[in-house]
Amino acid sequence: MSAVAFYLFAMTAIIGGLLTVISRNPVYSVLWLILSFLSSAGLFVLLGAEFIAMLLIIVYVGAVAVLFLFVVMMLDIDFAKLKAGMAQYMPLALLIAVVILMQFVVAFGVWEPSHIAETKRTQVIPAEYHNTEALGLILYDEYFLLFQVAGLILLVAMIGAIILTLRHRQDIKRQDVLAQMYRDPKISLELRDVKSGQGL
Amino acid sequence: MFWADITVIFPEIVLSVFAMITLIGWVYSKGDKQASILVWFAAVLLLGIAALIGFFGGETRIAFDGLFVDDAFSRFAKIMILASAAIILIISENYMSRHDLLRFEYPILVVLAVVGMMIMVSAGDLMTLYMGLELQSLSLYVVAALARDSVRSTEAGLKYFVLGALSSGLLLYGASLVYGYAGTTQFAGIIEAIDQSNSSLGFLFGLIFVISGLAFKVSAVPFHMWTPDVYEGSPTPITAFFATAPKVAAIGLLARVLHDAFGAVVSDWQQVIALLSVLSMFLGAIAAIGQTDIKRLMAYSSIAHMGYALMALAAGTEFGVQALLIYMVIYIIMSIGAFAFILAVERDGQPVTEIAALKLLSKRDPLKALAMLILLFSLAGIPPMLGFFCKFYVLKAAYEANLIWLAILGVIASVIGAYYYMRIVYFMYFGEDMDNELNTNGTPILTGVLLVSAVAMIVGVINLFGLEGAASVAATLLVN
Repeated sequence: MSAVAFYLFAMTAIIGGLLTVISRNPVYSVLWLILSFLSSAGLFVLLGAEFIAMLLIIVYVGAVAVLFLFVVMMLDIDFAKLKAGMAQYMPLALLIAVVILMQFVVAFGVWEPSHIAETKRTQVIPAEYHNTEALGLILYDEYFLLFQVAGLILLVAMIGAIILTLRHRQDIKRQDVLAQMYRDPKISLELRDVKSGQGL
Repeated sequence: MFWADITVIFPEIVLSVFAMITLIGWVYSKGDKQASILVWFAAVLLLGIAALIGFFGGETRIAFDGLFVDDAFSRFAKIMILASAAIILIISENYMSRHDLLRFEYPILVVLAVVGMMIMVSAGDLMTLYMGLELQSLSLYVVAALARDSVRSTEAGLKYFVLGALSSGLLLYGASLVYGYAGTTQFAGIIEAIDQSNSSLGFLFGLIFVISGLAFKVSAVPFHMWTPDVYEGSPTPITAFFATAPKVAAIGLLARVLHDAFGAVVSDWQQVIALLSVLSMFLGAIAAIGQTDIKRLMAYSSIAHMGYALMALAAGTEFGVQALLIYMVIYIIMSIGAFAFILAVERDGQPVTEIAALKLLSKRDPLKALAMLILLFSLAGIPPMLGFFCKFYVLKAAYEANLIWLAILGVIASVIGAYYYMRIVYFMYFGEDMDNELNTNGTPILTGVLLVSAVAMIVGVINLFGLEGAASVAATLLVN
């Protein structure tokens, strides 16, 4: 049963990936990509890594793919023009891809882990913990340093996004909440006694 | 145990906290107007940390269960990284503020990149390696595109980002294959796994992928395509930064992975590194000949120099690592000097990078022309200068490791490469029709850095001030 599920998910992932690349319409490409993500999530569930499967769906399908869709729809890019040069390089690219594939087939044909790989790959966390719990225990404890560095990387990403795109425009009126709150009748209102029949 | 680990990464913590605090401080109060002060703060702090690491050396310390290694090799590389980053910050301040590029985020990004580099050279695990590499690369992508209104700077940033992301992919794929083979990502575990059983073909695949990913970062041929465009497009001080600290970090990381994790299979990676080295030396020497832009020329020059550094690594011996470290120190001093010269050359306040503009510079500015001449002779590796001695060390390392063919090819490439360095000298001394608009005054700091590095090229021949001893200690710790 799980073998059937594996082949089903694996095939959908590969077909989704292929169609992502060859679709003419970029919106279809993103949709195929989502299919590919979903089937990869299925593969993770089969491996017993539910947490990563959930992350894949929440982060990649829920956020990244949706962002892709927005970008593809909002940017005015002529994809036909971008792809114009592709046919020219296709034979070479295909050749290289086939060569690499053959090499991988050879490499995995004789794949052999080291003798101590099995003992090295011991479970750090007892098996009765769930995925999420186990990851939490190891991530914030054993890999504390890496977790913090990941935070720094995200900080750099944030600084980069701001520094490369934010422009302070001087010619627009901004809302100043404090100024609004401190505005009072003394400075903004003037009472005039209008004489009848004369106007201001 | 936890606090003992924290003390090991104390320099990295200080720099990260500095980056975060000043980021908040400058966002809320000062903004870009006071960015110059921040540049100086950052430079002084980097130099201070370098001195701290230099004086409080001590023994090898392993923190976070092997994730992070603090030994003589990493300290040597860290001092190089910190000092070169600080000097680049100092010489860039004037240029950046005059060209309206001095945003306060610039020194902060440089400091964060330096933290990434320090983590890289201290990595004791494939995951630490990757995290450090990404922290460094991401900061560099952003600073490459810092001149965001210039199409070429933006192009440089984008090109660097796309190719860098590709190389990270290769590296991660390789790392996963290595993990599959060894069952652990720790360098110590990997070397144990290789010792216990023969290396398999699948493991070799992983090794090659890891080397390819790292070769992108040291811009070794055939993974060099991004280098000339990124060097040319980025603002000149940023180019100077790219040519120095990140190169030390990447080559230091490569040395650490190859010796710490794959040290048991030297013969497996030796031929790969030797091939990368030969290709880099020859492409760097030949492609630079036709260049008219001095920044592009420096890009090819750095590719060729990385070829020599890889030759030292290809030796796979303790002396090879020592030669590598000495080579990197001298290369960095030469590069900083050359870039200080390039930064000083301008016309009407605009930077000039055509080589032909330097015609007859010796008539107008004999001191700078002479200093640049010394640096160019040294870069070419011509005997009386220090640049010759670092090449000599590398060739000796290759020779002693029975890579005589590699040493001979290195000499041939060095002769070809001498041509394009000499062409600049020719323009400066024997050219025709002087460019009267050209201004090479620069700031006193630029002149000072240029002169100091030129003098170092001569004084270093007499006395290396203990550099060899320090490099030897570092190399012994890494290789054994």
